[in-house]
Amino acid sequence: MAVDQLPDNEPTAAPSKERPPLLAIILNPFGRYGIQLNNTLGAMAIFLVRAFIGIFHYKQIPEIINQIYFIGARSASIVALVGFFTGMVLGLQLYYVMNKFGAVGFLGTAVALSLIRELGPVLTAIMITARAGSAMTAEIGIQRISEQIDALYTMRVDALGYLISPRIAAGLISFPILTAFFDLVGILGGYLSGVILMGANAGAYTYRIDASVEWLDVRGGFIKSIVFAVLVITICCFQGYFTHMRRDSYGSKSVSLSTTSAVVLSCVMILISDYVVTSFLL
Amino acid sequence: MERQPLIEFHNVIKSFGERTILNGVSFKIYEGEVTTIIGLSGTGKSVTLKHIIGLLKPDSGEILYQGKPINRMSRQEWNGYIGRISYMFQNNALFDSMTVFENVALPLKRTTKLNRKEIEKKVMTRIEQAELTEVAHKYPSEISGGMQKRTALARALVTDPQIVLFDEPTTGQDPIRKNAILGMIAVNKKKFGFTAILISHEIPDVFFISNRILALYDKKIVFEGTAEEMENLDHPFRDEIIQSLASLQEDITGLYSSRHFKIRYQTELSKRGADESYAVLVFGFDNMDEVGESISHDAAQQTLRSLGNYIRKHFGAVGGFSTRQSINEFATILPFSDLEEARRILERFTADFQEHGMQELGEAFRKEIPSNQCFDFVVSVGMAQGKPQVEIESVMEFARFDKKPIATFRCDTRR
Repeated sequence: MAVDQLPDNEPTAAPSKERPPLLAIILNPFGRYGIQLNNTLGAMAIFLVRAFIGIFHYKQIPEIINQIYFIGARSASIVALVGFFTGMVLGLQLYYVMNKFGAVGFLGTAVALSLIRELGPVLTAIMITARAGSAMTAEIGIQRISEQIDALYTMRVDALGYLISPRIAAGLISFPILTAFFDLVGILGGYLSGVILMGANAGAYTYRIDASVEWLDVRGGFIKSIVFAVLVITICCFQGYFTHMRRDSYGSKSVSLSTTSAVVLSCVMILISDYVVTSFLL
Repeated sequence: MERQPLIEFHNVIKSFGERTILNGVSFKIYEGEVTTIIGLSGTGKSVTLKHIIGLLKPDSGEILYQGKPINRMSRQEWNGYIGRISYMFQNNALFDSMTVFENVALPLKRTTKLNRKEIEKKVMTRIEQAELTEVAHKYPSEISGGMQKRTALARALVTDPQIVLFDEPTTGQDPIRKNAILGMIAVNKKKFGFTAILISHEIPDVFFISNRILALYDKKIVFEGTAEEMENLDHPFRDEIIQSLASLQEDITGLYSSRHFKIRYQTELSKRGADESYAVLVFGFDNMDEVGESISHDAAQQTLRSLGNYIRKHFGAVGGFSTRQSINEFATILPFSDLEEARRILERFTADFQEHGMQELGEAFRKEIPSNQCFDFVVSVGMAQGKPQVEIESVMEFARFDKKPIATFRCDTRR
């Protein structure tokens, strides 16, 4: 259900002859929005917990492997491409800035830390959202509107366990691996632009990476990627699973709007949570 | 003593927003019966069915299972209840990213502890019964609408449920397939003893397999009873639904529907004097269920169609009129013939049927079955004489007692 809509059972005020106070007219929409947001977040939390519990069943293993292939393996090429060019741009820009201060020797440190601590987890999560998250919402949404999810219910198959749990598990496994892959390829991209094209010292580039990157930086990146995994998969699956509850559209239109909402909401939540997690890690 | 209903709706009301769909719906479903819900489109038939399985919850009123309200069941009781039910969706609800085999296997894989081989065996049995063996590894989008319907049917029956809910199982099928599906439901019902609740527009075909009919009209159940009892219903629904849904002739055989057969019979016999007699012939395709089950439901229906056509042509020419009386029985009235004349007509029919009719039936039968399969079937006929003042049902009953085989299709005759 979209956060800006009233749930079906929301009580509506009885018509009154007296005009409500101006303050109430101004504040009512905020209150209503707040309650809806609260309901949606609560529903999402229950959705996540129930799906998470469903992971731990031996029958999930084949489906989890399928989803790792879909979310992880099939996203690797696009993550590598984006990682490589991000690293190249970083190498180029940082070389230009550091050259002004005579600090080109620290190029490796700057590229590696930027990627591992910040850009790697964030851009990887955004790329997976665009590639796999949107597909997940659309697939689950279509299953919802074509009554396939109802069919699961009638067959006594736990729809959350069957459809969502493997995706959550696959996301938790794939996001950190793809983030590490993004970081590695990005560092190589930075090497290509900073060292090979611009002429920074190759030894200094690798030595500085080795000397400055600590386990805490890597761990921070992984923590972020796990947080993003939970957010992205939950938001995308939730939007698809409850696509029939949208009140602004029906059928295929509701699937398309749910997909858009899922991608936008995931990207926004990635950036907001990035700030929150960073502030805790620092 | 009154029978205990298996499922009972008690004053169920359901609205979607401002729109009330069910307004005080009450009815009973009895164990081991086929109950068909009929009604015009958009009158809440599917909504009613979805309440039984818990996909929808009533705004008020109660649904009882063996006398216990389903909304007050414990989790364990609910799981037990739901585990006994299977649902075949109107639009099939097949998983489009799975093959036919995987779709049918899904409920077994996810809800049972059967091993792979056991699952494969059960699934293949159902797939064979549904005549889907050749498309078992195709995706739903690669097969026809009829095959998709049969896949959904196979999936609904693969768990051997005790109650099966069929939401318009024959919609969009040609007459042969439609009757083959109804035949499949009837045969499986007989074999596994499940309780079936059907939604169907296929009047009168669906009446042949139904024990009870529920008529949903104007948000309420306006009729609950047998198809015969429905004939006497005095309600606007009857005219509306029968006229809009029932055709003059039955789709599969081209014979009169039972309603029009009755009208014709009443009209013809009302003109006759009290001591004038007429003859009734009852034809049976004796082992049709076994043919359907062992070989092909399509083959059984195709043969039935040929027999119906043959009867219509032959007896129509001598002033008789015929109807399909039940799933494998036809009745013919010869209004101007006494028993002696009817016997002569029947002798001519039998000779002609043995010479040409069986050949036609055999051809129709062979078209539908694989070349390596074989099955014998028997056509029998009984005859009785009636008078206008005697109830037609009792005359038909006499004819049934008199039934004798007139032709047998032997498998070796085709070789």
